[in-house]
Amino acid sequence: MKQNSLNGWFKSGAPGVWISGGAVSIAVIMTIGLLAVIAVRGLGHFWPADLIQANYNVPGQANHIVIGEVVQKEEVPRERLKSAGLPVPDQGPEFMTRELIKVGNRDLNGNDFTWIVGEWLKDQTTPANLMTIERREWGNFYGTLVNVKQDGKVIAEGEAAWPELQARVDRVNKLAAQLKTLEKSDIGAINAGLERIRLHGRKLELEGKLDAAAQADMDADRAELNARYQDIEARLADLHAQFNRDALTARDGNGKEIEIGIGKVVHAYQPNAMGTITKIGFYFSKVWEFLSDDPREANTEGGIFPAIFGTVMMTLIMAMIVTPFGVLAAVYLREYAKQNTLTRVIRIAVNNLAGVPAIVYGVFGLGFFVYVLGGSVDRLFFAEALPAPTFGTPGLLWASLTLALLAVPVVIVATEEGLARIPRTVREGSLALGATKAETLWKIVLPMASPAMMTGMILAVARAAGEVAPLMLVGVVKLAPSLPLDGNYPYLHLDQKIMHLGFHIYDVGFQSPNVEAARPLVYATALLLVLVIATLNLSAVWIRNHLREKYKALDS
Amino acid sequence: MNDLANSTMTTTSPPKRIDFNTPELQRKRRIRALKDRLTRWYVLVGGLAVLGAITLIFFFLAYVVAPLFQGASLTKEDALAPAWIQDAGKPLMISLEEQNQVAMRVSDKGQALFFNVETGAELKRVDLPLPAGTSVASIGEDQPGSPLVILGLSNGQSMVFRHTYKVSYPDGKKTITPAVEYPYGETPIVLDDAGRPLEHVALNATDSTLVVAGSAGSHLNVLSLSREENMMTGEVTSEQKRIELPQMTEPVKAIFIDPRQQWLYVINGRALADVFSLRDNSLNGRYKLLEDGNAEVTASTQLVGGISLIVGNSKGGLAQWFMARDPDGEQRFKQIRTFQMGTTPIVEISAEERRKGFTALDAAGNFGVFHSTAHRTLLVDPVVDGQGVYGMSPRANRVIVEAGGKLQPLMLDNPHPEVSWSALWSKVWYENYDEPKYVWQSTAANTDFEPKMSLAPLTFGTLKAAFYAMLLAAPLAVAAAIYTAYFMAPSLRRKVKPVIELMEAMPTVILGFFAGLFLAPYVEGHLPGIFSLLMLLPIGILVAGFIFSRLPESLRLRVPDGWESAILIPVILFVGWLSLYMSPYLETWFFGGDMRMWISHDLGITYDQRNALVVGLAMGFAVIPNIYSIAEDAVFSVPRGLTLGSLALGATPWQTMTRVVILTASPGIFSALMIGMGRAVGETMIVLMATGNTPVMEMNLFEGLRTLAANVAVEMPESEVGGSHYRVLFLSALVLLLFTFIMNTLAELIRQRLRKKYSSL
Repeated sequence: MKQNSLNGWFKSGAPGVWISGGAVSIAVIMTIGLLAVIAVRGLGHFWPADLIQANYNVPGQANHIVIGEVVQKEEVPRERLKSAGLPVPDQGPEFMTRELIKVGNRDLNGNDFTWIVGEWLKDQTTPANLMTIERREWGNFYGTLVNVKQDGKVIAEGEAAWPELQARVDRVNKLAAQLKTLEKSDIGAINAGLERIRLHGRKLELEGKLDAAAQADMDADRAELNARYQDIEARLADLHAQFNRDALTARDGNGKEIEIGIGKVVHAYQPNAMGTITKIGFYFSKVWEFLSDDPREANTEGGIFPAIFGTVMMTLIMAMIVTPFGVLAAVYLREYAKQNTLTRVIRIAVNNLAGVPAIVYGVFGLGFFVYVLGGSVDRLFFAEALPAPTFGTPGLLWASLTLALLAVPVVIVATEEGLARIPRTVREGSLALGATKAETLWKIVLPMASPAMMTGMILAVARAAGEVAPLMLVGVVKLAPSLPLDGNYPYLHLDQKIMHLGFHIYDVGFQSPNVEAARPLVYATALLLVLVIATLNLSAVWIRNHLREKYKALDS
Repeated sequence: MNDLANSTMTTTSPPKRIDFNTPELQRKRRIRALKDRLTRWYVLVGGLAVLGAITLIFFFLAYVVAPLFQGASLTKEDALAPAWIQDAGKPLMISLEEQNQVAMRVSDKGQALFFNVETGAELKRVDLPLPAGTSVASIGEDQPGSPLVILGLSNGQSMVFRHTYKVSYPDGKKTITPAVEYPYGETPIVLDDAGRPLEHVALNATDSTLVVAGSAGSHLNVLSLSREENMMTGEVTSEQKRIELPQMTEPVKAIFIDPRQQWLYVINGRALADVFSLRDNSLNGRYKLLEDGNAEVTASTQLVGGISLIVGNSKGGLAQWFMARDPDGEQRFKQIRTFQMGTTPIVEISAEERRKGFTALDAAGNFGVFHSTAHRTLLVDPVVDGQGVYGMSPRANRVIVEAGGKLQPLMLDNPHPEVSWSALWSKVWYENYDEPKYVWQSTAANTDFEPKMSLAPLTFGTLKAAFYAMLLAAPLAVAAAIYTAYFMAPSLRRKVKPVIELMEAMPTVILGFFAGLFLAPYVEGHLPGIFSLLMLLPIGILVAGFIFSRLPESLRLRVPDGWESAILIPVILFVGWLSLYMSPYLETWFFGGDMRMWISHDLGITYDQRNALVVGLAMGFAVIPNIYSIAEDAVFSVPRGLTLGSLALGATPWQTMTRVVILTASPGIFSALMIGMGRAVGETMIVLMATGNTPVMEMNLFEGLRTLAANVAVEMPESEVGGSHYRVLFLSALVLLLFTFIMNTLAELIRQRLRKKYSSL
């Protein structure tokens, strides 16, 4: 009887329905699961995790004390640990835990992370006086504070040392900001000025107009800049001396003491002593730091501000190029061109170009924009800088142009769709009232199609913001020395290479020397990128739906 | 269209009417008309310019690629007849220096004469210090690119010299000063003790050892001179050693020494090659160079790097030979490929110094340009009448032929000989390889390395990645599309569709990083779980469906139709959790605790952490939304009448689905799959990050791969602009472009036809 009913169930075709329904569920679960993993890992990074202190006792080896954050825990078959060469006992449970611990102190241990066997970790505690020191180099330090020194003399010890340290870290961070301003803006401006004078001289020389007067002028300018430089350098030396005044002595888990200059400290905190409220506050300050700071330590620490800035800059320029041209092409195709086979072919071709691999655009951008166009621009306008290329090398402008080319089909398709949705009656009404075609276009059609253009632009921006492969060829770098927009003439540096969120993910995740340390940062960056792109897309969808409603009303 | 400027108004209008023809209004109308016309032109020009810019991609890529497949071109300049040529003796060799300004000509009188390449004017004449009463009987050069020359004298002695060119800038003008040096002393080296004239000589120099060889008739002499410089005193001591080899029976025609001083090749008799091992001074074998009994070897040379020999014969044929290992492990001298130049005997062959190309001159005065690895005959052109002697510059762009008392300068333009259609797509037998292979290896450290640019492994990798991605994506996406379009409750559909379409916008760099950093290690650690997941999921879904159908009606009817997939979400989560939870247990029970080790040890399959399985999962994920949204569209727009008719005739929903809806929508589904395939083929970041980027040709699921797109991304930034490598990368971009463009166009055409069909139904 049961057999029969099973047969009947199969005959009814219900399994097919269930299986195909399962496919939908799987696709949804995969999408949400991916977003969830990225969100959890990306957001978790900023939480000040508790520090543990424990005895680690590998059989047959001396006991030593481990201090650090537990990053990952997993159950592993005993056999696998054994084949990895660990002194695992022959008898015992089938599975053992393996933990990845961030032990920091790279200058002492050589590694930030170690894998340990959970079963050998004894007497685990979380003492309140353990501190995390985030440093400008060598990664985190974990240990206890011994004393604080000024000019080599101990000024606070024991309990009193901690508040003293906090005050001095604040002071150092203020000094660091001043130093950065001096080094980046002031010296940057002087260097830019010197370079401008040099190029000016070279230009005159090329034109054969370099006479004594011009030379003297330039020498005077140069001397003035050099004098300013001397001045700034003196101030810099002074600041550096103040910056390096203080130091602290810290002790690691095994009693080894080291001295750390407070100038090297970014943050010092005791996570085990923090309450939940403090931790939340700390969490948000870390998130802000991530969004607003420059990267440190080969991009594995610190913030991603230059990457955000570069991405925004590039997409802005791209949008400024792509929108008018895309709209122009769409208007031509829909309003002016005769609707015949040729326009149909063009339409299909444009549609299909949206499906052409992005890397192909990158290759075209490199070959045509950078080498052909950029090379010609250099020969015509920047001959004085040759052989160093100005525009004949990958840079912001070419990256934006390449992405504009890549995204222009998106704008064309979206705008055309919007134009097609405008009822003919509206157009004919306008023409019947005596308006010219241009007036109809400008005053009636385009305003009505503007939401569609917006949609197109947003989709184009979303596509361009997430595209990395072509950028690797036409203008991104792992670390740009300065932002493409600054206070030096000509303010917007279209020839400069930029940092980019997507490329940052690739570079830090795959080209970094310390992948393990960089991993949480990569997740956080990925989360940010996903959020930006999801927002852009959802707003495009919203605008499109809104638009549909509007014209539904018009149609009836 | 409505041109206002030309519209005429009647001037005899009733007085009450507004006068539309005041000069002001006329002007305004004219301006409006002008604006209209300007707008039209603006839109026309602008629109066409944008569309033109898009199509420029095709033409630009093709324009960059085209020079790869153009042959060489040869320009004959006016022949020179300098005065010195009358009394300069018979030429033995001509050689040009790097800058193409100075040439050297060595004559049988023992004279090295340097002359200006442009004018033929004599620059310097050096009488080589031959012993009195001797003349030059033969000449030999070291590897292509080395300035060492050896002269075989009529008294059995030999002499080694070097020609050098010093560039200086006196008075800001570039001047090249040639000189002759004797790095091994001016004293001749005695090769033939009996004092017979040396008919053929050869040499090879390494930092420490000089090997010279000479032959008189069938008598072969080989000497090894090792030089040691005392570090403290700078004193040079040299030691001379005679290498005793089995003697020849037939007269020697040419001698070559392998630059690693491992092999000595002696061409003798009509068409024989004796290969000696210099390691143990024994004969490796005697090889027949020509099958044709009437032909004989007339010229030969070593290619750059010294591994290959090019042998020319009296019938105008050329062949490349080198040592390669037999299946039994023995090194044998093998014919690799042949070329045919003309029908007259080959007189001289000269190898390029930077590439594996060579040129040849035959008895009829034809000049041929070839490339060995690409197996290309780039050019055969008559340049002189009758026989001649020629020299080619190191950059292989200038040639001077001396024939009949005249110098014939030639300009050779041969930018990309190393690329050919067959070298790109078929197996190529490279030097140091034991058999023809598909290899992509574009750069390496040493200088005589030859780039191996076969697109086959990259194309294979591309298709492999796309195949595994489609294996996951196609069934999942199509099934999901069918369900969403046909079975799913509309309220649920409105929620599910945007979620899956959001996947489409997900930047691939995120999927790639996720695959490389999270999925790859996770899959490696949970292999049994992943495979059991793939098997258990369908079973779990069916079991859940069956159990649901057995539930009491009161419970079952609470779930509205079309919510199956919502019910299944917890089921799938449970099955997923179960299989991953069971993974370590399965591993311990069946695979000795480590499935990865089990795969590589017990099955003997290579396992890379970043492999095709990971790529398949990640890229499958990336193409699901593409396929899904188009397929869903196709299924959803199947006319309602068809399905209702089928249902009314008593078919179950599933029967209607499989026999009516899918059949009708199949072209749409097919075009969705094609677009998904196109996306998978061109995807860059995912494969770049989720594979090891090793260009291997294995279908193995657990091995890495390298795709065309990833290869471009990796190698493009460091390729030299305008070089062959650069152009080959452009070619791969063009291949990608054409492939995806054709796929997408076909898909689009199919969809358009389908739409037409629907609208007629």
